Amino acid sequence: MKNLVAFPVLGLVFILQMAILSRMTLLSGTVDLVLLVIVSWSLQEQVESSWHWAGLAGLLAGFTSGLPPYAPLLGYLLTVGMARLLLQQIWQAPILALFSVTFFATLLTHLVTFVGLFISGTLLPVGDVLSLITLPSVFLNLLFILPVHAVIRDLALWVYPVEELV
Amino acid sequence: MTIIFLVVAGVLALALSGSLGFVSTGFNAFLVSTQTWISTRFVAIQEFLTVPRDVAALRQRNAELEAEVARLQAQVVQLQSQVADTQALAALVNFSRSNPESAYTAATVIGRDPSPFLRYIIIDKGSNQGLRRGMPVVTEQGLVGRVDAVIGSAARVQLITDPTSAVNVRLERADREAVLTGTLAGDLTLDLVPQDISLELGDVVLTSGLGGSYPPDLIIGQVVTVRRRDSDLFQQAFIQPVVDFAQLKIVLVITDFRPVDITPLIP
Repeated sequence: MKNLVAFPVLGLVFILQMAILSRMTLLSGTVDLVLLVIVSWSLQEQVESSWHWAGLAGLLAGFTSGLPPYAPLLGYLLTVGMARLLLQQIWQAPILALFSVTFFATLLTHLVTFVGLFISGTLLPVGDVLSLITLPSVFLNLLFILPVHAVIRDLALWVYPVEELV
Repeated sequence: MTIIFLVVAGVLALALSGSLGFVSTGFNAFLVSTQTWISTRFVAIQEFLTVPRDVAALRQRNAELEAEVARLQAQVVQLQSQVADTQALAALVNFSRSNPESAYTAATVIGRDPSPFLRYIIIDKGSNQGLRRGMPVVTEQGLVGRVDAVIGSAARVQLITDPTSAVNVRLERADREAVLTGTLAGDLTLDLVPQDISLELGDVVLTSGLGGSYPPDLIIGQVVTVRRRDSDLFQQAFIQPVVDFAQLKIVLVITDFRPVDITPLIP
């Protein structure tokens, strides 16, 4: 039942992404609010539905974007896997984990997108991808992750109250 | 009584003739200074009694005026937006009237592709309004792109600036064909232009209609840079599009154009 909150939240996030954030570009890069929400949600220890959120976000992105449908799905699932792995086994400092996962998740999703477009017959120049899209997007994502994390943390505490863990 | 009248008249006559100048001057100075003193004190007392009440009233009036200004400013912004939309619609209506050979459906741009790798827009018209995949999309300025995917009430349009887009075009002056592609930076490049063609800055680029994806003679832009090397088979040119893709608000979908799928003919 708690997983149902993903539908309105991710729906709203996609609307914000397509209606506003995709118009605000730095060079050709944009902030990926969906990715930031997935990253932040995955790093909440009490949250158990990260994979569901990634799956739903991937399906929504595959439906709304012109990318090959599997590319965003794979990118978000790998992001959750990386976040859970870092959270459980390596990092003890949440902020450091937050920035690390954001940084590597942006690179990972862009790599998956690049490969997906290549498989579908579009070979983009790597130098342009890095300088025009990936690096500006990394910068914007690192800039926006803290406010997004604050909102998502409150949402996680509302959906999964900490008392339930005791 | 008559004596008093005569005395007063005499005094007035003396005063008017200037014979009593020193007396009237001193008297006038006394009157003026007295009136000034009284008037100054009266005004001070009046202000002391009334200003606090006026400040409160002025503050209230100021707040009312500020609220009114804010409301009017919001109204101005709203009206300016409506004027801009109306102007855009008027331009599109003029375009459709001047090109009556095609049927158009106007649509509002409501979003963009969530991926920064692609340049697509989302419009608020879909299959319910007769839109189909492959239909060209234009503005009054020129070609925008074509419908890539459709649902009931919305459609996704691939812009010609998308890096995966390729449009067969014709150079108007040289009357030769080439292929126009988008780039990651959102620019347009003209590829596969034979070396024997003399490209000049300002050359107009139109759709050629080859391939059946777009109708012919839709304006795309002008040549702004030419890159030509003798060692290459083809020369390359950069095109300045006539459409401002960053400011797209309302577009026209050409609904009576049926794209031709030549995929089965490609060996």
